[in-house]
Amino acid sequence: MPVDTQTQIPAFPFDRADDLTPPREYELLRGNSPAARITLYNGAEAWLLTRYEDVKATLSDHRFSADARNPGFPFVSAALRASVGQKHIPFLRLDPPEHDRLRRMLSREFIVKRIDGLRPAIESIVDRFIEQLLAAGEPADLIANFALPIPSAVIAELLGVPYSDHEYFQERGRRMLSSEFTLEESARAVVELREYLGELADRKREDPGDDVLSRLVLERESSGELHREDLKSSALLLLIAGHETTANMIGLGVYTLLRHPDQHALLRADPELIGKVVEELLRFLSIVHTGVPRVALEDVRIGDTLIRRGEGVIASVTAANWDGSTFAEPQRFDIRREPNRHLAFGFGIHQCLGQPLARKELEIALTRLFDRIPTLRLTGDQTFGPEKSVYGLHSLRVTW
Amino acid sequence: MYIDADPGLCIGSGQCARLLPRHFAQDEDSGTVVVVDAEVNSADPAVRARLVEVRDSCPVAAIEFATTGERNGK
Repeated sequence: MPVDTQTQIPAFPFDRADDLTPPREYELLRGNSPAARITLYNGAEAWLLTRYEDVKATLSDHRFSADARNPGFPFVSAALRASVGQKHIPFLRLDPPEHDRLRRMLSREFIVKRIDGLRPAIESIVDRFIEQLLAAGEPADLIANFALPIPSAVIAELLGVPYSDHEYFQERGRRMLSSEFTLEESARAVVELREYLGELADRKREDPGDDVLSRLVLERESSGELHREDLKSSALLLLIAGHETTANMIGLGVYTLLRHPDQHALLRADPELIGKVVEELLRFLSIVHTGVPRVALEDVRIGDTLIRRGEGVIASVTAANWDGSTFAEPQRFDIRREPNRHLAFGFGIHQCLGQPLARKELEIALTRLFDRIPTLRLTGDQTFGPEKSVYGLHSLRVTW
Repeated sequence: MYIDADPGLCIGSGQCARLLPRHFAQDEDSGTVVVVDAEVNSADPAVRARLVEVRDSCPVAAIEFATTGERNGK
């Protein structure tokens, strides 16, 4: 594994073993030490957790803070550092009670039943982009024509952001999340998106719609519960967290199914299996490959290792989801896996707020794509994006 | 056996409502857990396994089981 030349400590994040296999280092480290020293992009050191039980326990332990303002917080990339910002912190990077207060203002928007009610809207968005894919002609790029625009259109509709602005927010979202860009470039993207959302919030006050942003402005900001800067932070989190992750899962999901024809055949024979397919894709792909960062607020022992107060910890959900002591034959993509208690959405109080929406989008996108284009196949031309904080495909050429 | 869920801990992730809608729902204003039917009569091992899955999938450990219904809704 690549190591820091001065300290000989492994440099994180590691490279994936191949397109669909997490880094081999995880297996090695899981067997050797529950908590391993790693160096981050800026030379800082942190602990890496690779075992399922340790990752799960740490993410639900209040002694580990998600607040990036705490000294010792481990930043895995300049982009993460920029997206956290200095002044305005999204609730993803806050601890209770402030986290709980801000998150609960949004919980009701993502109730499972409410998301089920969005099915017709999501179906019509998915169908629109299937037609766009077909119209693009063979071979077509499934990422640009299908995987990327669907989550953007869905979150835009839910949040109340005009989809016609999607190039503006997608481009800046990429700058926020990719390590190709400098700290300054990522930070500028954050400032621009915050301004954009602030102006949009003003327009919602004048002319509200049936959307999350309008409700936040009219119900929460007006009552004084939610300050404008926090409103912008929450809106930005919803706008950005929802589209890159789901887009990558749709693209990689199609790729994974086409690469596993036996499993794909099971799904075709029994479309009811789609729910389990989505869960196994979430586990198998575990796209948050830079892990979940935390900092210890007091001394905590994990196995034989003492994590000291102020030390950073990266809980690798990818490593956890491939831990053979929890998932038999983790390297097998097995859509009938039962139970499948993966940690792809994290665990603890910060577990993904949008997960019912992500699941619904994946179910509908995969089902309708293969229903409409049953002969869909790969042309052998795809480019992967390991440099992003969330693993994905830049392009995926398909034919039919 | 009775389901004992704590809405004070709940962050509304909806795992319980997704996995076992016969017993769990979410409050429409707060998104937090609502026990629709606290009593579990079934001796069916599949139902029991699903209940354990629900308990272990709750990200904030807000769900437990009790032998009597008195503690429910604490």
